[in-house]
Amino acid sequence: MLNIENIHITFEPGTPIEKHALNGVSLSLERGDYVTVIGGNGAGKSTLLNITAGTLFPDKGMVSVDGVNITHMPEYKRAQYLGRVFQDPRRGTATDMSIEENLALAYRRGKTRGMRWHINNKERGFYQERLATLELGLENRLSDKVGLLSGGQRQALSLLMATLKEPKVLLLDEHTAALDPKTAKKVLELTNKIVNKYNLTTMMVTHNMRDALKNGNRLMMMYEGNIILDVKGEEKANLTVQDLLKMFETASGEEMASDRMLLT
Amino acid sequence: MLIIQGAVSLGLIFSLMAIGVFLSFRILKMPDLSVEGSIILGAGMAARLVAGGVNPFLATAFAMVIGCLAGLVSGILHTKLKIPGILSGILTMVASYSIVIRIMGTSNVPLLPHGPQRVVSVFTFLTDAGLSRPNAIILFSLVIVIVASSLLYCFMGTEFGSAIRATGNNQQMVRAQGINTDVMIIACLMLSNGLVALAGALWAQQQGFASVDMGIGTIVVGLASVIIAEVLFRPRMFWTSLIAIVIGSIIYRLIIALALSVDFMRPTDLRLVTAIIVTIALCMPLIREKGAKIFARRVK
Ligand SMILES: Nc1ncnc2c1ncn2[C@@H]1O[C@H](COP(=O)(O)OP(=O)(O)OP(=O)(O)O)[C@@H](O)[C@H]1O
Ligand SMILES: [Mg+2]
Repeated sequence: MLNIENIHITFEPGTPIEKHALNGVSLSLERGDYVTVIGGNGAGKSTLLNITAGTLFPDKGMVSVDGVNITHMPEYKRAQYLGRVFQDPRRGTATDMSIEENLALAYRRGKTRGMRWHINNKERGFYQERLATLELGLENRLSDKVGLLSGGQRQALSLLMATLKEPKVLLLDEHTAALDPKTAKKVLELTNKIVNKYNLTTMMVTHNMRDALKNGNRLMMMYEGNIILDVKGEEKANLTVQDLLKMFETASGEEMASDRMLLT
Repeated sequence: MLIIQGAVSLGLIFSLMAIGVFLSFRILKMPDLSVEGSIILGAGMAARLVAGGVNPFLATAFAMVIGCLAGLVSGILHTKLKIPGILSGILTMVASYSIVIRIMGTSNVPLLPHGPQRVVSVFTFLTDAGLSRPNAIILFSLVIVIVASSLLYCFMGTEFGSAIRATGNNQQMVRAQGINTDVMIIACLMLSNGLVALAGALWAQQQGFASVDMGIGTIVVGLASVIIAEVLFRPRMFWTSLIAIVIGSIIYRLIIALALSVDFMRPTDLRLVTAIIVTIALCMPLIREKGAKIFARRVK
């Protein structure tokens, strides 16, 4: 479904702060793969997702979705294939607009915006149905401004928006990191529910090793712009946090120092 | 009575401009100064064409078109050439001064194609029908304001309009939903400047001439109306904002008229008064808060 081949990107080339953020990364996600991505700060996880989403363009390499080469396709065009939820709950929604207006925008992902009215009554019923699955009571607040919602509610809404029109690939970049532990758990549960229900091909970056082990069918670890571990199915299911720590040490030749990657 | 009549007619004409400013400053959240250029482009274009004998309605339509073009230029400078919004507006504004002189031929054009006694304008058909000139201006402007606001309201409710509103909120999200934000920004700036140029065209026909320097300070007048509207009415919906701005624009004219009717004031103090009004309106939240505190202390 998602093919990434030999991606290289260097930030600020030719300056003292030159950073080779991705170093020939290749990966291939099958339809329905749900991969969790871990790695220390600056390992290149966000960069990889941004290159897939088209907010960044690689110096070398190719990205394709379902056989379509999207390496140089602008962000707004490839959005038809992708659903995204950002780390910051404010980035995924339009604050001054109502819940239903946000959903209506998301429902038309990949379509040209014309002179038809931005929402119709049939859609409203559908939105209420889908909002009800979040179990946050948002189905009764269709015309409330999104700015009135809490971070967790907004993130749940963002998740719904990203998947309202089924994406070929769902990209989640630490989408629970800005939430309190209880809300984070709830949003993660919702994520699993939606991903499983629609069998979505998903890439989820997380800093929580337990979450990375517990969710999805596949796990990738990144280090300094490379994928140093990629395990699936049975092999992944049998992994423990201790295994991950050990693998990181052998691969990188150093102790796991990043506090954010420790257990939380 | 005369003062009120004048304030209402100018208020109505300039509410079109204020709505344009509202579109860029509030909906798109981009401080677009090309408005200062499009008001004179609209005025100059209408004046030149009407003075040349062109049908005033056609002349007014052309004025809107050139306003849209000014918006297009600002939009392209900003989105395609990545120039900061405020600068792209300033560049367009500066260029407009030269262009409007090209259009008008001189720096001041009177609208007198049919001899000094008779100014032909979009208002003429109403005065011919027996209305007094001030009433004709008020009636015609009111109709235009109602039609323009209704069309704008409908447009902003379409999928396209909704995408424009979202672009002003969160460009990142809009792109993630598959919308080309550049197109939305350019479209909104064209719409905004088209409205401003329409105001310019009506203004030129109301006062019977156009001159290059008539646009100076337009942006502040527009902001004054928008801010008065927001402070007084705190509108929360798009359509209530539109109505509030029209009323705000009229109130602004009334305040100006009253201030300038004081003896020692001169007509040239207009811009000073405007700046003071805007300052006061901008401070209103602060004044309210402080006032509430003082009041609370007294009560204790
Ligand atoms: N726009 C940019 N300009 C310059 N350097 C950048 C840019 N974006 C990322 N980098 C650098 O590239 C490296 C990889 O960054 P990236 O954001 O992908 O890391 P990450 O794995 O997501 O880390 P974190 O866990 O902190 O989110 C870092 O060293 C970062 O400083
Ligand atoms: Mg990151």
